[in-house]
Amino acid sequence: MSEETRLRSPLGRALGLGSAKEGVAHWWAQRVTAVALVPLVLWFVAALVALTGADRSTVVAWLREPFPAIVTVLLLIAGLYHMSLGIQVVIEDYIHNEATKISAIVLNKLVAFAIAAAGIFAVLRIAFQG
Amino acid sequence: MSQAQRPLSPHIQVYKPQLTSVLSITHRATGLALAVGTLLLVWWLFAVAAGADAFAAAQSFWYSWIGRLLLLGWSWSLFFHLCNGIRHLCWDAGWGFELKTTYRSGWTVVVASIVLTLIAWIAGYWVRG
Repeated sequence: MSEETRLRSPLGRALGLGSAKEGVAHWWAQRVTAVALVPLVLWFVAALVALTGADRSTVVAWLREPFPAIVTVLLLIAGLYHMSLGIQVVIEDYIHNEATKISAIVLNKLVAFAIAAAGIFAVLRIAFQG
Repeated sequence: MSQAQRPLSPHIQVYKPQLTSVLSITHRATGLALAVGTLLLVWWLFAVAAGADAFAAAQSFWYSWIGRLLLLGWSWSLFFHLCNGIRHLCWDAGWGFELKTTYRSGWTVVVASIVLTLIAWIAGYWVRG
């Protein structure tokens, strides 16, 4: 690219505050998880509706089947990934103090991982132990 | 480099609420509501895993009026976020940017989210008998 077509100012280049070149990855991951969540969510809601009023043994028997257990784990992974990406955008929009913002983004990611791990653990425990 | 004289773009408080802007902020609000709902979903999975007493406690919460109210809010939030999310994916594909189409898809999302919520609840009560 020639010097004339470069749109960033010399000051902007010197400060290094341009794109971190990670925006597309975030945007794309949000879309991929969104597309995955369409069938996962519809299936899960239908399954929960079918389990309305069910006793514990019915719920356990349902989650002991491979398909519901695997799809519920996929729902937790895609859902919490999508959730952390969405909450990150909210944090970036509303928190303007740099230290607070970065802390909140890191905390958001760690909490999402922890909730996903807890949810997957619960599903596996039901699937393998009943 | 003085910034004092720069023109400021008008912010949301000076605009009349429109369907497009209301649905946009509702998408964000329902997303945050679903984040809280996800925490309670994981809590429910733990209750199922923990045994009969924990499961009974969780179920009595979900079947109480406050539990049902939360589930009603979350189920509508889920269907709204789902329908409006599909609307967003259509925009990402380059479809539906005409003003008329944007309003039509917006109202479709509102109606579809309410209809899907009603279907889920009618089905739930029908299953329970």
